[in-house]
Amino acid sequence: MAATIASFKVDYFQFLDAEGRLVEGTQIPALARDMKELTSLYRLMTLTRVFDKKAVALQRTGKLGTYASSLGHEAAHVAIGSAMREEDCFAPMYREYAAQFYRGVKMSDVLLYWGGDERGNDFAGPKHDFPWCVPIATQCLHAAGAAMAYKLHAQPRVAVSVVGDGGSSKGDFLEAINAASAWKLPLVLVIVNNQWAISVPRSKQNTAKTLAQKGIAGGLPSIQVDGNDLIAARWAMDKAIAAAREGRGASVIEMMTYRLSDHTTADDARRYRPQGEVDSAWDKEPLIRMRKYLTDQGFWDEVKEEQLLEECAERVQQAVEEYQHLVGNDPQSIDSMFEYMFKNMPHHLEEQREYANQFPSQGGHH
Amino acid sequence: MAEITLVEAVTMALAHEMEHDPTVVVFGEDVGVNGGVFRATAGLQQKFGDERVIDTPLAEVMIAGMCVGMAAQGMKPVAEAQFEGFMYPMVDHLVNHAARLRTRTRGRLTCPLVVRAPWGGGIHAPEHHSDSNEATWAHFPGMRTVIPSSPGRAYGLLLAAIRDPDPVVFLEPKRIYRWQKEEVEDNGEELPMDVCFVLRDGSDITLVTWGAMVKETLEAADELAKHGVSAEVIDVATVAPIDMETIYESVEKTGRCVIVHEAPKHCGVGAEIAAGLADNAIWHLKAPIKRVTGYDTVMPLYRNEMNYMPSTQRIVHAANLVMEFE
Repeated sequence: MAATIASFKVDYFQFLDAEGRLVEGTQIPALARDMKELTSLYRLMTLTRVFDKKAVALQRTGKLGTYASSLGHEAAHVAIGSAMREEDCFAPMYREYAAQFYRGVKMSDVLLYWGGDERGNDFAGPKHDFPWCVPIATQCLHAAGAAMAYKLHAQPRVAVSVVGDGGSSKGDFLEAINAASAWKLPLVLVIVNNQWAISVPRSKQNTAKTLAQKGIAGGLPSIQVDGNDLIAARWAMDKAIAAAREGRGASVIEMMTYRLSDHTTADDARRYRPQGEVDSAWDKEPLIRMRKYLTDQGFWDEVKEEQLLEECAERVQQAVEEYQHLVGNDPQSIDSMFEYMFKNMPHHLEEQREYANQFPSQGGHH
Repeated sequence: MAEITLVEAVTMALAHEMEHDPTVVVFGEDVGVNGGVFRATAGLQQKFGDERVIDTPLAEVMIAGMCVGMAAQGMKPVAEAQFEGFMYPMVDHLVNHAARLRTRTRGRLTCPLVVRAPWGGGIHAPEHHSDSNEATWAHFPGMRTVIPSSPGRAYGLLLAAIRDPDPVVFLEPKRIYRWQKEEVEDNGEELPMDVCFVLRDGSDITLVTWGAMVKETLEAADELAKHGVSAEVIDVATVAPIDMETIYESVEKTGRCVIVHEAPKHCGVGAEIAAGLADNAIWHLKAPIKRVTGYDTVMPLYRNEMNYMPSTQRIVHAANLVMEFE
């Protein structure tokens, strides 16, 4: 006997196309008509882009360490952050600034972190949110653990984590899916698929048609959306978070986007990526289409755009000054290396702390 | 008061803490219905339910990673790694996250988790079930590594480990899980971590050890006593951070030291202790420091494992070599 005992499909959603037009023949979410909300989210996307450009410039002029740009991911990140409640828990990777800004993390926090100062991770956002996570995909399990804690305490809170297309190849991501499925955890796992894991293209991660289907393999509802379409990305987040909060378990959302920047400022993507591909990705980036849509609807114009850019530049400049003031005038002490290792400092660390203070570094800092 | 074994003391400590702290959960493979492959969690799920004694899918990375997440959000997870040889997938979460969360976030988030594991050789177990990997954990800043060697110390130190606000790797010497019975009162009194326990006073030589090797080391001390050598025996118990002061004090008195551990010699915890003595107590030493350890080989399959493990005879031999120096 032979029978099909399981089959699956992965649905793709896009509501606002690259030209800024609502896609005909789809059931457009209510958010598409909420011009106040869309305008406010567009403002955050723009702020993030202005910030990003400045951060790269700071690195290029030696005022910031290695920085991971979020250029091109703004819609996905704003969708994630704006769909969450404050009491929900965010476990980011390391470039979801827009999501974190929405949650109250300051631009100066981001600069502190990449500027080599741990205080960046003691950020102004929700105190229960996880810090930036460099090792790749481990954050998925921290979010699963957080979700487990909320479930066991019967709190209506949701944990959200983000992973890249590269990170989706790691066991941590798959184990988080598996755990979320086994325990029906209030968890949302977002794959922000930007097509490149440093120099390795999506096609070399595996031959699966979608990355979303990895969630289906573990038993989770999983979809793919246009991650440059803020309306689709946010709609998917709203749906997944509501399900998680109502006890219906976890989901996976694959948001399709493109890394318009180098991987980090320490990378040079020209070594491995054809410029033509990047050029055509610029045609689909998330800000242009939203600006066009808002303009077509009569809620945006060039004057507003110019005012916004000016205001963003001012706010970013303020953040830069705040960052530079802190690292310049109130740098972290030698003691701070030792003070947070344990709640109660063991004897050998006391000794090392005392010794270290006799030999302060003569080297310079950014 | 009942006499109990080391593994029963582990169960008693877990039950006590679960009873008194609702944030404590036990998390691992086969810990629930089955009560753990060594019975360390026997009866706990019946008593506390399956939301507090949680059988997990078979995924060590997930166990460690989710414990980091739970610990950061107000719980006190006590994970069980089924054997120490299966802890290696956990390194990423323990080292890159658990041990750093407090300092990375300047104390905003903390990670009060415990990972327990049956540890060490000598029970004729299959491959990968007999390693002594304490030096692996001891090397990494930001977490403690604790090894009890008696029922009483298992109870008191496990309570301390669970209550500690930072991550602790708790390695249980499986060879002596059922060696000794001891009266242990379930009084909730913890024993201090970060301190050595002097198990036997002596004046001629200091024998420093931990875990199951306490058994052979005490036997060696008996043997040495028959020949007029008075050996002090120290159970290090917390191998990171090490209470070196107690070891220095003892060596100041005896002038001689032999360090005994089951783990390979190279970069073992014994090397750290010997280096500390060389640095801080060399003027009190009458003789070279000797180490009696496992070999720098892979732990052999069980037919050869007793040739790998330090024996009473090897400890006595090393002590006698050291005693030749006046």
